[in-house]
Amino acid sequence: MKPIQSSNDFVIKFANVNGSGSASANELFARAIMRMGVPVAPRNIFPSYILGMPTWYEMRVSAAGWLGRRGGCDLMVAMNPQTWDRDIAEIEAGGYLVYDSTKTLPRSRFRDDITVLGIPLTEICNREYTDPRQRQLFKNIMYVGALAALLGMDFAVVEKLIADQYRGKDKLIGANVNALKLGYDYAKANFSCPIGLRVERANGVGDKIFINGNDACGLGAVYGGATVAGWYPITPSTSVIEAFSSYCRKYRTDPDNGMARYAIVQTEDELASIGVVIGAAWNGARSFTATSGPGISLMQEFFGLAYFAEVPVVVFNVQRGGPSTGMPTRTQQSDLIACAYASHGDTKHVLLFPEDPYECFTLGAQAFDLADRLQTPVFVLLDLDIGMNDRLCHPFDWDDQRRYDRGKVMSAEELEAGKNFGRYLDVDGDGIPWRTIPGTHPTKGAFFSRGTTRNAYAKYSEAGTDYVYNMERLRRKFETAKKLVPAPVLQRASQPTRFGAIYYGSTSPAMAEAYALLEAQGVHVDTLRVRGFPFADEVIDFINDHDYVFVVEQNESGQMRMLLMTEGEVDPKRLIRVLHYDGTPITARFISGRIADALAEHKVTPIRKQVAS
Amino acid sequence: MTYLAKPKLLRADAPKNALGYTRRDYEGAISTLCAGCGHDSISAAVVQACFDLDIEPHRVAKLSGIGCSSKTPDYFLGASHGFNTTHGRMPSVLTGAALANRDLLYLGVSGDGDSASIGIGQFAHAMRRGVNMTYIVENNGVYGLTKGQFSATTDKGSKNKRGVVNNDTPIDLMALALQLGASYVARSFSGDKEQLIPLIKGALRHRGPAVIDVISPCVTFNNHAGSTKSYDYVREHNEAVNRLDFILPRDQINASYEPGSLRRVVQHDGSILHLRKLGNDYDPSDRVGAMNHLQERHALGEIVTGLLYVDSSAEDLHRHLNTVEKPLNQLGDAYLCPGGKALEALNASLR
Repeated sequence: MKPIQSSNDFVIKFANVNGSGSASANELFARAIMRMGVPVAPRNIFPSYILGMPTWYEMRVSAAGWLGRRGGCDLMVAMNPQTWDRDIAEIEAGGYLVYDSTKTLPRSRFRDDITVLGIPLTEICNREYTDPRQRQLFKNIMYVGALAALLGMDFAVVEKLIADQYRGKDKLIGANVNALKLGYDYAKANFSCPIGLRVERANGVGDKIFINGNDACGLGAVYGGATVAGWYPITPSTSVIEAFSSYCRKYRTDPDNGMARYAIVQTEDELASIGVVIGAAWNGARSFTATSGPGISLMQEFFGLAYFAEVPVVVFNVQRGGPSTGMPTRTQQSDLIACAYASHGDTKHVLLFPEDPYECFTLGAQAFDLADRLQTPVFVLLDLDIGMNDRLCHPFDWDDQRRYDRGKVMSAEELEAGKNFGRYLDVDGDGIPWRTIPGTHPTKGAFFSRGTTRNAYAKYSEAGTDYVYNMERLRRKFETAKKLVPAPVLQRASQPTRFGAIYYGSTSPAMAEAYALLEAQGVHVDTLRVRGFPFADEVIDFINDHDYVFVVEQNESGQMRMLLMTEGEVDPKRLIRVLHYDGTPITARFISGRIADALAEHKVTPIRKQVAS
Repeated sequence: MTYLAKPKLLRADAPKNALGYTRRDYEGAISTLCAGCGHDSISAAVVQACFDLDIEPHRVAKLSGIGCSSKTPDYFLGASHGFNTTHGRMPSVLTGAALANRDLLYLGVSGDGDSASIGIGQFAHAMRRGVNMTYIVENNGVYGLTKGQFSATTDKGSKNKRGVVNNDTPIDLMALALQLGASYVARSFSGDKEQLIPLIKGALRHRGPAVIDVISPCVTFNNHAGSTKSYDYVREHNEAVNRLDFILPRDQINASYEPGSLRRVVQHDGSILHLRKLGNDYDPSDRVGAMNHLQERHALGEIVTGLLYVDSSAEDLHRHLNTVEKPLNQLGDAYLCPGGKALEALNASLR
């Protein structure tokens, strides 16, 4: 078997033990490759445990900039004896294995069709270091050094990265660089470097930044003007609040007195966290929570209250595998229905689908304007894949001319001037009523919020006419929302086609790559990335403009397809499911394969049929 | 119909407070509760307390859960914003509201089902967190809106209207509040406004979680012989010998407690309850002493009312979070948004 030869286009996977300090070393390595101008998409694959269990770090190196998961593994760094056999089995034929050769393993534990590169990491560490923790941590840095040699990387780049990372802690810099060099030198001395896989300087990274979606959501909440957060820890959403907290300390600490321009409360459960958010929003502060599937289930009753009492709240739902506890550390897009129609009775909610950390920031900030404008809950639906993995994305930007849209809030002056105030009165025809913030005026504008039915002036009423007026107004408001949510993103195929594909959220990079793969095969599919719910007219028009539309998503039941069928009144037969739901991020290979298979099944020639546009 | 306005006719000599408001300015919609409901007396006590304290109605936010008690915020302080939330979840909504604007007064109204059953978790955690609020539990020991089921505060041995005896141990919310850090803890009776009004005043003027358990008979479902929360029962055992004066929280507590009177009543099933008030020997600044006292008297079958505990130096949630003095809901864009320049620096650190 000929060893794989590839420059700037391969997958490295690190098999580690949870808690061994490998994560920072692996990330260091990914950053080093990016510093050489080569795009990298790393993904943590981790268990729902704290210590001692298997964890993997899968890193796709792609000069073309494909950031979706590729699948397969060209180079395995096998550092975990527990998972040795399956890790070895996963290496592509012709691939490479780097392992700790301190302890001799029988030939039977290896494969003949891969290149085996043993480095006595433990032995070197035990010789160089006496402290047990150092022996552990520097073992990781050492394999990074070895990889730099094996892949023909510029040692100075990694060295500089370490210097940047530990700036001000010179002792750490020296120790880390030393470990790095030990690994580098060993590889140079014992192997023919570089191996078939190489990292070569390129210009594929540009001004992109490297950050995860949860951090970006936390930053988006700061820029969006959120001042109150109520939350309860749950994987994979916890770091949204941690990021919000840390960005608040940085940007929202009053320079004069060190006091906080924000309030974060870790509550006793998710019911209380959404309760805190609703209370703050009712009282005029922008507020949000971050949670995941089980939290969404717990919050259902409160979502109904916020919907019906018309309180503007923002919910970041970092989706994981469901149902029930499901796969807490794996990714899925399986909470669309639970969020779109959350709570009993006739409810509908606004959903936003960011594709990457950049959109987690922009849509995250926008969610607060939308919530205030529409006076209703807004859900930002990301998932573990974008939430917890660092991803190259467009740098953050902000228009300093932009002002928060607080929506229809009646002021004390307007009340004083005698402006008619009916809390649930549709005066503008868009279904959105005016509200007042508690404490605004001594005698005017007070109202009693409730989850029970009421008339347009917020007085308790069980009269059918009052109820119907209110429900019809809420429908009108939802129609208004269609025009306010972010518009879908259309990518036309290179030739006219009667096939389309709809996708959203973290499927984006895999879909972009699948599109290119299909185009290369002469298969033409127009694609549309949905960014918001309720669906803008363009979404339904897109379906109507094509005979068949693939709906690509990461859940078992085709939840986006259900929403399209229900809300767009689309013939289900025209919406073909492309579903990936094993908990791993969807791949371009999977999407393009399914679409090609489906086209074959439909016995259609995929090209050259003109459609009227 | 709750939205019928009350007649605006006022006597010319209707008393006015320092703000120039009459009592009518503190009233709300007409109550829809049963005639004689203890809850209406509590509403009246709230009206009186706010009137006496010269509180601007619109500077109060009233929040409640679900149940008869939770309907009452509609029936007082009509010029205040109110929020009738979900069952048992008022404490969290109030917490959020209080975080958004530290300058308003927060009045939470709940019942025994709302606070001791479905909402006991939120009740407990709001106490722990030190939310600055007055939390009134209108405790009738029964579910009224669903027609007469036992609640978690129904005394063991108490009978419902059909004669069924409650065998479950009751929850004493004030014992919980004491343990969990409430800094103003009181118990009273809706039929004893001389005692109740000063307790509400003290609570409204307290910083931190102030909680008052008000025994409030349900005339329809829990006012019969055999109930330990009937008017007759409570009135008979609640001799007003121990009237509290309004207590300013930062003042030395020096109300002169008359010797506690103890009414001994034999219930239908033979169990004995004593309803008594605080005696001279009681120290309302001693949390552990208060807890012990409650437990000791409870073991003797007595109900202790009055101001059980007050910590006038308590700090509240805002202090714990070190939030700015200006209410968070009034901070403008410039105070909240770090702007484009900050992002440039941040981007540079992410490359």
